Amino acid sequence: MTSLVDIRHATKRYGAIEAVRDVSFALQPGQTVALVGHNGAGKTTLIKLMLGLVRPTEGSIRILGEDPAGRGIEARRRLGYLPESVSFNTALTGREVLAFYARLKSEPVDGIKTLLDRVGLSSAADRRIGTYSKGMRQRLGLAQALIGNPRLLLLDEPTTGLDPGLRMEFYDIVAELRDRGATVVLSSHVLTELEERTERVLIVSRGRLVADGTIDALRRIADLPAKVRVSVVDGAVETLRSLMGGLAAGRTFNGHRFEFDATASQKIELLRRAAGAGDLVEDIDVIPPSLDELYAHFLRKESP
Amino acid sequence: MRNVLLIAAKEIQESLRNRWVLAMTALLAALALSLTFLGSAPTGTVGARALDVVIVSLSSLTIFLVPLVALLISHDAIVGETERGTMLLLLSYPVTRGQVLLGKFAGHLAILAFATVLGYGTAAVTLAATGAAIDGESWIAFATMIGSSILLGAVFIAIGYLVSVLVRERATAAGIAIGVWLLLVVVFDMVVLGALVVDQGRTISDAALSGLLLLNPTDVYRLLNLTGAASVGTFSGMSGLAGAVTLGPAVLVGALAVWTLGPLVIAAMIFSRREL
Repeated sequence: MTSLVDIRHATKRYGAIEAVRDVSFALQPGQTVALVGHNGAGKTTLIKLMLGLVRPTEGSIRILGEDPAGRGIEARRRLGYLPESVSFNTALTGREVLAFYARLKSEPVDGIKTLLDRVGLSSAADRRIGTYSKGMRQRLGLAQALIGNPRLLLLDEPTTGLDPGLRMEFYDIVAELRDRGATVVLSSHVLTELEERTERVLIVSRGRLVADGTIDALRRIADLPAKVRVSVVDGAVETLRSLMGGLAAGRTFNGHRFEFDATASQKIELLRRAAGAGDLVEDIDVIPPSLDELYAHFLRKESP
Repeated sequence: MRNVLLIAAKEIQESLRNRWVLAMTALLAALALSLTFLGSAPTGTVGARALDVVIVSLSSLTIFLVPLVALLISHDAIVGETERGTMLLLLSYPVTRGQVLLGKFAGHLAILAFATVLGYGTAAVTLAATGAAIDGESWIAFATMIGSSILLGAVFIAIGYLVSVLVRERATAAGIAIGVWLLLVVVFDMVVLGALVVDQGRTISDAALSGLLLLNPTDVYRLLNLTGAASVGTFSGMSGLAGAVTLGPAVLVGALAVWTLGPLVIAAMIFSRREL
């Protein structure tokens, strides 16, 4: 199977600054991929490289089988892009802008009605974009990225400026596209949001790809402790602490709750003992390490 | 080609929407009309050919105004869109940078042509309606004037794009555009004139002068209009120069075409190498 995206040893230098250093990865159809990194880590440069807006200093990039910075522009017909802070000419209406972009992609202009409905802009479609709120512009940006059912979607910080309800709708749209076989690359800061919605995580730090894998795989590699929270009845704190005896480091919260940091191997034993304590235990929660913690872990490992 | 037309159409749509076209047409029409009626006052009613006088006044106006208007719409074409972030999105679409530049050029030129034809045309039509006698030769000279004004506009749109792809900020582009305007419209002629006065015809031959004037598109335009038609030349005060400069209309039109294509091609080359 040919990859939608195939990046090999790509390096991008701006003068002395290495924005992207020796990055390699391939993306398959139907994947939802989170591109994670703090500001200036190289996320946007990586997306621009994939769009062919900048050329790699070294290495090769193939997008949908073409060199994005080459002469061929056919591949871009099957590609959707939402820039980090999307902007449009404010004198035109939403419908006019979408019609222009649809024509550029050689897509029927009738299709934009459906798109406007999908992002909830139907009622504002004939108003000038100058009157739109930030969230509405972001929705219009998403609508233009969806023109022509792209096979590859590159969304740079797509949910900034969207209210929570709209975010949910946004992720529904992304899921729908993925089910149809599209590959979606999401770059974001809001990691908890991406956690349940992406199969694969790429973490970039200072231009390097420091981690690449599914969230579960990254959890195994990082071997971060899960948190096991045990709530006990009043006055049973000491009993329980001795029961767990030295198995894992723990903290006490407001007199009747423990929180243990447990590695994968310790976790089962901890649960078994807590369950053995019978009526003393009121509740048990197991919280796996979040994407935030994984991210922090890989960044720490990277720093000297 | 389709993409070029799409971008040109969008450019025209935007300019209509933000009333650029309206403002430009109104400005040109107002100035042309006032020059037509106030400008003909000195010649009185005996003034032989009314339209010829208008051609002289209007082409003098064009030399100042059209380059300014053309630079005004073009200096911001690339750097402005890049700064606003709309260029990034546009270039992620299946369109080449050459097509973007060419489409913008076609759109901007269409707007300028529309404003010129309508603005100046109003003056000529009004003149004819007031009963002035206008013969065929004058109409041809007038049409030439409008055509060459549009060509002069094309030159400065292309120069504006070159400025626009060279800089990183809109303000810089605006500054350079004003500088270019001053240099080509005001300073160049003063320097040439100064040189001619100092030289007293000793080293600068007629051929050298012709070459010198080809270096400035506004002078090419001036030669084309103020010396071209014999009837116009007598009013323009350019007849002395016309005798010295031996450049046919074909050479002059060719020079304007080179002045358009040169900056446009260089701008396209720089733009396609530019990293966003």
